[in-house]
Amino acid sequence: MAKSTDKQKKKDKRLHSFLLKIPARVWLLISLILAMALWYVLSIIPATSRAFPNVVETMASLKTMIDRGVFFKDLSSSLISVGLGFIIAFLLALPVAILMAWYLPVRKILNPWIQFIRNIPPLAYVPLIVICAGVGRRPQVIVITIACFLTMCVTIYQGVMNVDETLIKAAKVLGASDRDIFIRVITPATLPFIMTAVRLGASVALTTLIAAESTGAVAGLGMRIRSLSNSFEPAPMLLYIIIIGIIGMLIETGIRHLERRLTRWQDKREM
Amino acid sequence: MAGQERNVKLKLENVCKVFKNRDGESLVLEDINLDIYDNEFLCVVGPSGCGKSTLLNILAGLTEASSGTAYCNGNPIEGTGTERGVVFQQYALFPWLTVKKNVRFALEMRGIKGKEADKLAMEYLEGVHLSDYANHYPKELSGGMKQRVAIARAYAAEPEVLLMDEPFGALDAQTRMVLQSDLLETWNKDRKTCFFITHDVEEAVFLAQRIVVMSTHPGRIVSTIDVPLPYPRTQELKMTPEFNEIRMNAWKQVYSDIL
Repeated sequence: MAKSTDKQKKKDKRLHSFLLKIPARVWLLISLILAMALWYVLSIIPATSRAFPNVVETMASLKTMIDRGVFFKDLSSSLISVGLGFIIAFLLALPVAILMAWYLPVRKILNPWIQFIRNIPPLAYVPLIVICAGVGRRPQVIVITIACFLTMCVTIYQGVMNVDETLIKAAKVLGASDRDIFIRVITPATLPFIMTAVRLGASVALTTLIAAESTGAVAGLGMRIRSLSNSFEPAPMLLYIIIIGIIGMLIETGIRHLERRLTRWQDKREM
Repeated sequence: MAGQERNVKLKLENVCKVFKNRDGESLVLEDINLDIYDNEFLCVVGPSGCGKSTLLNILAGLTEASSGTAYCNGNPIEGTGTERGVVFQQYALFPWLTVKKNVRFALEMRGIKGKEADKLAMEYLEGVHLSDYANHYPKELSGGMKQRVAIARAYAAEPEVLLMDEPFGALDAQTRMVLQSDLLETWNKDRKTCFFITHDVEEAVFLAQRIVVMSTHPGRIVSTIDVPLPYPRTQELKMTPEFNEIRMNAWKQVYSDIL
């Protein structure tokens, strides 16, 4: 009995070390193939087949959308909104988070606001923004900016609060001025949190896209998905959804790459 | 040193420190009076919670005394100053800088830049036998190596006084012995005033010319013990009867209220 469990254990171990040896690319390929298989299954089950046209049909719809002259407009419009919203949010979040960390009144007053707004789905306050900012590019950027700002501000704020105080003391006794401490201690010490904030912010920017483009946008991936839904065209709809997902993964990969380069000094922590 | 006039480098005059907390106030340091002389190696020993770190922070200018005054070179201490270098127990190396750049940081604060800073940083690292690790990040070093870098960085600021807050407290016994010997060797060369905090009585006797014993609740100086053992000192000294006599005497005074 004991012998057989020993054998089993050995087997498990061998399997585990074999699994560890498979390169990341191969895993990604396996994952992709399984996803395609799942997609295929969904496209033949009657209950789901109407929402999930098969791969060929979905890919063919790319040409349809290009021919209609909307595809690149949608793509660029969404990327501009997401990019602008994200950049403005970052430029606001950085100083606000630092002010919150340094000044107690700022923290005590702003923190409840942030917590309050953060849990409201952006779609809920879209009408208010449309009333104030009208339609077009502006309300889209505002919605994305708000959502990104809240997430990034909280993360960066925690980073600044977490700076090891001994490091600031160490810099002080070496003769560092407040400016030196800010640039040469607090900024690099907060960098890992800033990078996490950037990653979370980019993700929020994309997930807010539908809400942002429900402000009477004339183009955009999110707007188009809603309009395709109304005209019941599942193939291009699915295509657009997949494209949003791919954009998200590409951005995430890019930021992770940057993160690894900038925070190589940090103890590794896989998330 | 009888008959020889000695300059007072650091002075604590009626220093009290009160911490306010939820239950009211607690007196951490009560009426501390102490002169630390130029070129002296002084150790402060006491149980944890006796306020010895607070005392060091007051001398460093990182904390203010609630009453009384701390002086350096006869001037009241207000804030930090580069004439007072500090070595912390938790190393306090900048993890995003390599070993060399950590040392360079101290040099750059002194206004030394470029090639000159690189050259000097390497010299300070050679002083602690770590020039081979110049381009490593702190996370790649052992505790003992990290503390060596921290000591090199403190030296690179060219302080007149070294304030050391249990610098070897987190190290294993063997590493600690090596670092003690190295520190004494360096000190014996330049005789920089050293204010060294420890809870290890043996370490204090081995390093110091004079030991200040503190008691807890409130933190007070209960006695000072002279250690008339000649330098250079080596680890073998710890085996001698003279050493053990002083060590036992100090030990009794430190732990008298617990026993």
